Amino acid sequence: MRAVSDSLVIMKRQLLQLTRVPEVLIFNTIQPVMFVLLFRYVFAGLGTGIKGGYVQLLMPGIFVQTVTFTLAATAQGMAQDMEKGLIDRFRSLPISRAAVVTGRTLGDGLLNIVVIAVMGTAGYIVGWRPTSGLLKIALGFLMLLLFGYALSWAGIFAGLVAKDARVVANISFLFTFPLTFLSNAFASTTSMPKALQYFAEWNPVSTMVAAVRQLFGFQNIFGATKNSFPSQHPIQTSLLYMVLIMAIFVPLSVQRYKNTNK
Amino acid sequence: MKSIVAENLVKSYGKGDREVKALDHLSLEVEEGTVLSILGPNGAGKTTTVRVLATLLKPDSGRATVGGIDVINNPKAVREIIGLSGQYAAVDETLTGWDNLVMFGRLYHLSSQAANARASELLEQFSLTDAAKRPIKTFSGGMRRRLDLAASLIIRPKVLFLDEPTTGLDPRGRMEMWKVIEKLVDEGVTLLLTTQYLEEADQLADEIAVIDRGKVIARGTSDELKTQVGGERLELVVAESDLAAARAIADRVGNTHSSVDAGLRKISTPVSTGGDALVALVRELDLAKIHPLDIALKRPSLDDVFMSLTGHAAEEIKEESEKIVKSKKGGRS
Repeated sequence: MRAVSDSLVIMKRQLLQLTRVPEVLIFNTIQPVMFVLLFRYVFAGLGTGIKGGYVQLLMPGIFVQTVTFTLAATAQGMAQDMEKGLIDRFRSLPISRAAVVTGRTLGDGLLNIVVIAVMGTAGYIVGWRPTSGLLKIALGFLMLLLFGYALSWAGIFAGLVAKDARVVANISFLFTFPLTFLSNAFASTTSMPKALQYFAEWNPVSTMVAAVRQLFGFQNIFGATKNSFPSQHPIQTSLLYMVLIMAIFVPLSVQRYKNTNK
Repeated sequence: MKSIVAENLVKSYGKGDREVKALDHLSLEVEEGTVLSILGPNGAGKTTTVRVLATLLKPDSGRATVGGIDVINNPKAVREIIGLSGQYAAVDETLTGWDNLVMFGRLYHLSSQAANARASELLEQFSLTDAAKRPIKTFSGGMRRRLDLAASLIIRPKVLFLDEPTTGLDPRGRMEMWKVIEKLVDEGVTLLLTTQYLEEADQLADEIAVIDRGKVIARGTSDELKTQVGGERLELVVAESDLAAARAIADRVGNTHSSVDAGLRKISTPVSTGGDALVALVRELDLAKIHPLDIALKRPSLDDVFMSLTGHAAEEIKEESEKIVKSKKGGRS
């Protein structure tokens, strides 16, 4: 029980940070909103023939891209705490070894709720209209948050290992940025070279985008990979990926936190 | 009763030729309610010692207890009775002083009400009430250290570890820190303090352990260490033209061979008769009509202690060991 309340104290710390340094929240939301507006108008031509226009395909893509970047944000925050010595202080306190890392993932998860709400509003303003019904839409958002949460654990591990905030933020970004573009997030994969199409089809970002599109009521466009398992069952595949990521990184991160010894 | 005991602690980093022994069979004890200062240059193993005792780091071998509790087998119970502050244990700089103290209070499992009350109390005690609602980022170095120290006192720890509490502070900040620490000691906390400032150890500690390359190479009270190094000496500065004559007099008074620093025009003579020797020297100089620019009877400083114990000045090792520390990719002492 204490482990839970300790985690909540750490989570609350991040919320407090947002009120003390509101710029963080503003910059965290400006970028995705800017992406929504840019892509919506620059790539509007990609949407010819889609009911409701390109924005219907775009929004799930941008949602997934944004939550994918949680990995870098968490890694950076964790590495910063390491650098500053805050982790040493936490480790000298009589609290559960899982509390600090869990608290950080919960805090970043909460931040995602805010960011997604703002993006959704921006999307609605420029014409995004999910058509599937409330329950499915809610499930879509829930999947987005869970995906971000799972990746956050990978970020914890990266941050604990790297120790240098700027380096780990850059590396995580170099890793996640291509991942979000070598996918179906912004354009259908049909125009990619064959090999890339296969990569894109199994890319967790793609399965997430496909899953969320489905839950929001839009059909994905598939090329060569039309009949593959991930394109047939994007929701199940995505959930599987999340379980896999957490199964790997939760124990690794807690272990690493315990044995952090510089 | 022994409040802190460390026996044969060993901790090394790296392998083979590049192996660095941060702790090399280090042993020490601190009596309850007393202050032990670990004195040594950077890289001597001060921080590593504190990290082991504060449960942050597992030693390769050896054992340690804090408040009678085994550090390695029962770290959680140790964390309930210790406070840690210093170079590296830090606070959240984006939050206010108040936010930080309340957060740490909650993490020590105080009720929300008790955490608030304790935060106000500590802010008051450390003269930080006015700054309480400002982010730590805006604090001066001295204020930041005081807040850091306050955060380690939330549960009124029985044993307090302060790792170089005044490193990087200006003289005023250092004096303020010393005052705060002295007060804590008066209240009965057992304190283990690391420092590279000899003056600081002299000022705050009941006992000093000098460490070098992961080993305790001497321990005792400040006076004992000074005695161990040898007796007093006369130091005399004269005009250049008087140097040779003054040296002859000093040699006679000390009945020994004086050392001379020609550049500083300083003559240094070991003596065994203390004040009498000084009086004799003054008298002889007066008779010879030599006017001393400066004259003093000096007891050895802790710098001298270090020099005589290790065979090199503290500064020299500092650079050397910093290189070692850096070569193991940013590790700490």
